Amino acid sequence: MDDKTNPQSPSSFNRRSFLAGAAGGAMFPLAARAAGPTTTTIPSTQDPTLPVPVTLRVNGHDNSLNIDARTTVLDALREHIGLTGSKKGCDHGQCGACTVLIEGRRVLSCLTLALSAQDHEITTIEGLSNGVRLHPMQQAFIDQDAFQCGYCTPGQIMSAIACVKEGHANSDEDIREYMSGNICRCAAYPNIVAAVKQAAPEILSG
Amino acid sequence: MRSFAYQRAADPAAAIQALAAASAGNNPLTEAEIQPLAGGTTLLDLMKLDVMRPRAIVDINPLSPAWATVSLENGNLRLGAMARMADVAANPEIQQNYPVVADSLKFAASAQLRNMATLGGNVLQRTRCTYFRDISYEACNKRNPGSGCAAMDGFNRTHAVLGTSDKCIATYPGDFAQALIALDASVDITGRAGTRTIPFAELHKAPGDTPQLETTLAPGELISGFTIRGRWPRSAYLKVRDRQSYEFALASAAIALDVEDGTVRDARVALGGVATLPWRARGAEAELKGQKFDDALAERVAEIAFEGASARSHNEFKIALGKRVVARALHQAVTMEI
Repeated sequence: MDDKTNPQSPSSFNRRSFLAGAAGGAMFPLAARAAGPTTTTIPSTQDPTLPVPVTLRVNGHDNSLNIDARTTVLDALREHIGLTGSKKGCDHGQCGACTVLIEGRRVLSCLTLALSAQDHEITTIEGLSNGVRLHPMQQAFIDQDAFQCGYCTPGQIMSAIACVKEGHANSDEDIREYMSGNICRCAAYPNIVAAVKQAAPEILSG
Repeated sequence: MRSFAYQRAADPAAAIQALAAASAGNNPLTEAEIQPLAGGTTLLDLMKLDVMRPRAIVDINPLSPAWATVSLENGNLRLGAMARMADVAANPEIQQNYPVVADSLKFAASAQLRNMATLGGNVLQRTRCTYFRDISYEACNKRNPGSGCAAMDGFNRTHAVLGTSDKCIATYPGDFAQALIALDASVDITGRAGTRTIPFAELHKAPGDTPQLETTLAPGELISGFTIRGRWPRSAYLKVRDRQSYEFALASAAIALDVEDGTVRDARVALGGVATLPWRARGAEAELKGQKFDDALAERVAEIAFEGASARSHNEFKIALGKRVVARALHQAVTMEI
């Protein structure tokens, strides 16, 4: 039976009882860290009507934010921290424009909750250069003319660095397969493959 | 996206406790008001589309160390449910002993998504049916039971031809599940009552009259792992799609064979992209067993695999395509060097 047919069902979900059940009777979720009666591992809980404090470590810097629990890493970066390099293309994990590294792994920041990314090192396009010299992959994208409008480029570059480090830049075919999660509407693909090939040896030797 | 209460479960016991209230309301699993969050690649996508509307989320990512182990012992493969797709696909032992498993994972999604998505979440991935994903279509028996099916007379090119009902023709979108069902995997399911183990083939349900019920998993339960008995070095996953990479299957086949002197001693055949759930083609397997492999056998087996298939206006091609995929995948498995 589907409960949608009866929204007033007495058995339907109640946030109050959920919080009480999960947090041993504590009503205010931000203070709900006290041990419950039957367990020692109490997950943190949070009231959806209140902002949540979260610290995101981005490019080596801690950022303390108060955000809606629904905030993705992408929106936290762009709207709260001011790092607009990571781009919002589809916002559904289909285009790759939002690709960042979390603990060195390339992931889609649009499908990662900021709350899930706490305690993890996030690297964005802004964190690649030391301020004097471009990262080899950034330089390679310029050298190979690997973009036209540039909107997908930060995601391409983040993905390309991971692609190289994963060991998937050994052939054109390999690069195309393992870069397929980054869509380029301008179709700069041949130049992107060339850029990945150019930067790979320097990244792997560095 | 609607608001939700977020909590993070530190370990399996905490996760099970936090999810316990999910069984309240007697909802199907996918409508439960508390949902576990692992890779998030399906859940957050469908929440943004307002297709899934949980009021609480339990982040189970801290379970990764405990439930992400992969081991091959005594010829049995054990896969923790929190292992990420990319890590399992890159595992040399799995590539060598279970190529069908490694390739089903490697050919799915994109590198970023494979880094995020867990094995447990992957098998529960929900259909890509446009009419299911877009809530502006009122008629969707899966999303809105009893409302009808907009796909029946809509644009159904990517829809299923096997396991369909007059209520739903939505295709099961995954790849890895075909490898699991072909290899007779079992799945461990952990809930308040402890852990139960069922054949993977009993996890998913055909749509029948209740397409909203996709699995036999109860709200509050989590998949904790998978087990595959025996090694299957002669196995392959062939996936045909609209583009070469990063696309769902139009038709795929998971094949595992035991061949000696050209004679098939044991055979497993499962189909993807063409059915409403992970699909084991047992009739095709029976036809293969004990036979000398040749082109004629491959064609006969392919015909049998699609017996009973029924198309709608735009997906007739999948029957012909699917047969060719089965035949080609059989050739690939028979001729591979092991």
